[in-house]
Amino acid sequence: MRLRSLVAAVAATALGVGLAACGGGDSGSDGGSGGDQTLTYWASNQGTSLDNDKQVLIPVLEQFTKDTGIKVNLEVIGWNDLQTRIQTAITSGQAPDVVNIGNTWAASLQATGAFLPFDNDAMTAIGGKDKFVPTALATGGKAGEDVTSVPLYGLAYGLYYNKAMFAAAGLQPPKTWEEMVTAAQKLTNPAKNQWGMALAAGSYTENVHFAFINGAQNKSEWFDAEGKPTFTSDGNVQGVLRYLDLMQKDKVANPSNAQYDNGTKSVNDFATKKVAMVINQNNADSSIVANGMKAGEYGVVPFPSPAGGEPVASHVAGINLSVFKNTKHKDSTLKFVKYMTDAQTQTTLGKPFASLPVLKDAKPVFTTDAAEAAIFQDIYNTKSKPLPLVPAEDQFESTVGKAMNSMFAKIATGGTVSADEVKAALKTAEDQVAAGS
Amino acid sequence: MSVATHEATPAATKPPARKSKPEIRPGLSRWLPYALVAPAVLMELVIHIIPMLVGIWMSFVKLTKFFIANWSAAPSAGINNYKVALDFDNAVGEGLLKSFGVTLIFSLVTVALSWVLGMAAAVALQPTFRGRSLVRTLFLVPYALPAYAGILTWNFMLQRDTGAVNHVLTQLGADDKPFWLIGSNALFSLITVATWKLWTFAFLTLMAGLQSIPRDQYEAAAVDGAGNLRQWRNITLPALRPVNLVLVLVLFLWTFSDFNTPYVLFGTAQPPAGDLITFHIYNASFLTWNFGSGAAMSVLLLIFLMIVTGIYLFVTGRKTRRA
Repeated sequence: MRLRSLVAAVAATALGVGLAACGGGDSGSDGGSGGDQTLTYWASNQGTSLDNDKQVLIPVLEQFTKDTGIKVNLEVIGWNDLQTRIQTAITSGQAPDVVNIGNTWAASLQATGAFLPFDNDAMTAIGGKDKFVPTALATGGKAGEDVTSVPLYGLAYGLYYNKAMFAAAGLQPPKTWEEMVTAAQKLTNPAKNQWGMALAAGSYTENVHFAFINGAQNKSEWFDAEGKPTFTSDGNVQGVLRYLDLMQKDKVANPSNAQYDNGTKSVNDFATKKVAMVINQNNADSSIVANGMKAGEYGVVPFPSPAGGEPVASHVAGINLSVFKNTKHKDSTLKFVKYMTDAQTQTTLGKPFASLPVLKDAKPVFTTDAAEAAIFQDIYNTKSKPLPLVPAEDQFESTVGKAMNSMFAKIATGGTVSADEVKAALKTAEDQVAAGS
Repeated sequence: MSVATHEATPAATKPPARKSKPEIRPGLSRWLPYALVAPAVLMELVIHIIPMLVGIWMSFVKLTKFFIANWSAAPSAGINNYKVALDFDNAVGEGLLKSFGVTLIFSLVTVALSWVLGMAAAVALQPTFRGRSLVRTLFLVPYALPAYAGILTWNFMLQRDTGAVNHVLTQLGADDKPFWLIGSNALFSLITVATWKLWTFAFLTLMAGLQSIPRDQYEAAAVDGAGNLRQWRNITLPALRPVNLVLVLVLFLWTFSDFNTPYVLFGTAQPPAGDLITFHIYNASFLTWNFGSGAAMSVLLLIFLMIVTGIYLFVTGRKTRRA
C-alpha cells in the first residue's frame, strides 16, 4: 500500500505542478471582495532615488488609506525598467491597478487598448476635466479620443546657468541659440576640464527630446497628419545637426558626454561646477541642491532658439497617471486618481518631486525662487509643444534617439557627422518605424 | 595515477524479499515508469517546448502594440516577418545582417581566446607545486562571481574619464584617453569581458580532462626524448579530443547567444560595434513593440545554430569514427 500511495503522491504532485503553471494567470492582484481593498500602484522615479520616492509617497498614501480605507501597495520603478515592466504587464494581463507613465508614451499605450479610457463618468469621478491645465491634459492620449491617462506632474526644459561663472566672464544669460553658443565657448577650457555645457548625449530619451525641440524650432514636424513619419525633412536634419554641433563644431561639451546615459550625470556636472550650463527639466532642482549647489547660485532661462526660429523651448513634458482596464477595483482606482490629482496632494508632492502644477489655478511650489518658478511656468504654458500624439511615438523615441547616440559616439571618438549622414541616419530610423507599424 | 574503477563497484546484492509485502498489481507496474518520468516531461514541456512553440507561432502573426493586450486577436502575418528580417536592402534586415556579422566575429574570437587561455592554464597547473590549489581557486573567481557584479565592475573600469583602464594607460604615458564602451573599441571591450567570464569554464573542463591522462605516458615520452610541446601535441591533445569537441561547441553556442554581457556592459546605450544578435533582437521587439518581428529573428537564429551544430557534430563524428 505504501508504494501505491507514493505513486499517487508523485502523480498528484506532477499534476499539481502542471496545473499551477497553467493557472498562473488568474492569481494576480487579488484585492479580495468586501471592505479590505488593496490597490497596486507603480510609481516612477521622480525624486533623487527610488528610496527617496518611497519616503515621499508613503505618508501621502497612508493619508489616502486613512481617508478611504483603501490600502495601496506601492512599488517605485526606475525609468530604465518602467516601459518594459508596463509592456510585460499588458502582455501577461498581470498588471497593477494604477501606473505612472511618461506622458510621451500616452498615445502609444492608448493604442494597446489595455488602459481605461477616462470617459465622462470616469472624468467626473476624478473631479472633472476642467481642473487640469488644457495643454497638460492634451498629452493624455490621441486627439479626439477619450484620454487614457491624466496629468500628474508637469515638467519643462530650461537652460540652467551658473551665475558666478557668467558674472566672472561678464556674460548675460543667453536669449538666442547664437548667444548661448558664444557664452558656452567663452566658458570652455578643455585644458582645465572646464566646459560650457553638459549634454546627456548617450541617453536616447534625452537625445530624442532635443531632436524634437530643435526640429520644432525650425518649424518642422516629425509626423504628418496621417501619422506617417517625416523624419528626413530639412528642418529636422538641420535641427539635429545643430544640437550635435554643440560637441562637434562648437566644441563646448566634453566628448565624454557621449557616455552619459541619463540626465542625472549631466546635471551632476553642473551641480559640481564642472560646466557652466545644462539643459534639463525642472526636476533637476532637487538633484542640483542635493549635490551641494545653493538655490541662489544658478539661474534659469528658456532653452533658446536660433534667431528667426520658432520660440519652442521644451516639449510638454511630465508624468501621467493611467489605470489598467482589467482592474478589479475600478471605483477605488478612480478615487485614488482623484486623490493624487487633488490640489492638496499636488502641493504636497510638488516640492519634493520638483514638478510644475498640472491644475489650473495652482502655483508652482518646487522652488522658493519666484523668478525661476515664473520662468518655468511660462515655458510650460506658452513655449512648449507636445510631442507627436501618434501610436508610433515610442518608436520615434527609440529609433531617432538611438541614431543620435551613435552620431554622438562617432563625434566623440574623432569622427565627423555631416548633414547628409544625419539625413541617412534619420532615413534608417524612418524605415524602422515604417517596418514596425 | 590510473585508478581501476571497476574493482570498487559493489556487488549488486538484492535485499531479501519480504514475503509479507503485498504484490504490486500488474496494471500498476505498467504505468509506474510513466508516472515517474511524468514530472520531468511536464516540466520540460512547460519550460522549454511550449515557450518555443509559442515563439514560433508568434513569428507568424502581427504581434504589435495594438494586439499585445489580446494576443488571440493578432492577425496572421504569413511569412512577412521573415521577409522583413531577411530583406537586406531594408533598414531592419540590414541591421540584422550587421549584427549577425558582429556576433560571428565576437563568438569566434571569444571562443578561440577562452580555449587558448583555458588550455594554457590547465597545462601550467598540471604538475604539483606549492600553492597550486590557491592559484586554481583564484582562476575560478570569474566563474564564481555573479555575472552582473563582474560585468558591472568592468563597466566602471572601462569608463573614459574615471575608469581604471584609462588611468593605468595614462600612468604608462598614453596622452590620449580612448573610449572603450562606445565607438569601434566597444567590440574589443566586449570580447575581453566575455573571455574573462568564459575562459575559466574552459580551464575547469580541460583540467578535469587532463586528470584522466595516465602520467606514465608522459614519462615514457620524456624517456624517448619528446619535449614539452611534442608531448602536448601528441599525448595531451589527442587524449582531450572528446572533451574539446564538446567544449568548443558549448562555448560557441553560449557566446553566440550571449545576452547578459552586452546588456549589463552597455545598458541602453549599446554601440553598433557591440550590437550582439540576441540584444539586437531584444531591442527589435521591446523597443519597437513588435514581438512578431523579434520572434521571427529568434527563429532564424535558432535555425542557424541548429545547422551549425548539426554540421559540427556530423563532421567531427565522422572524423572520430574514422580515427
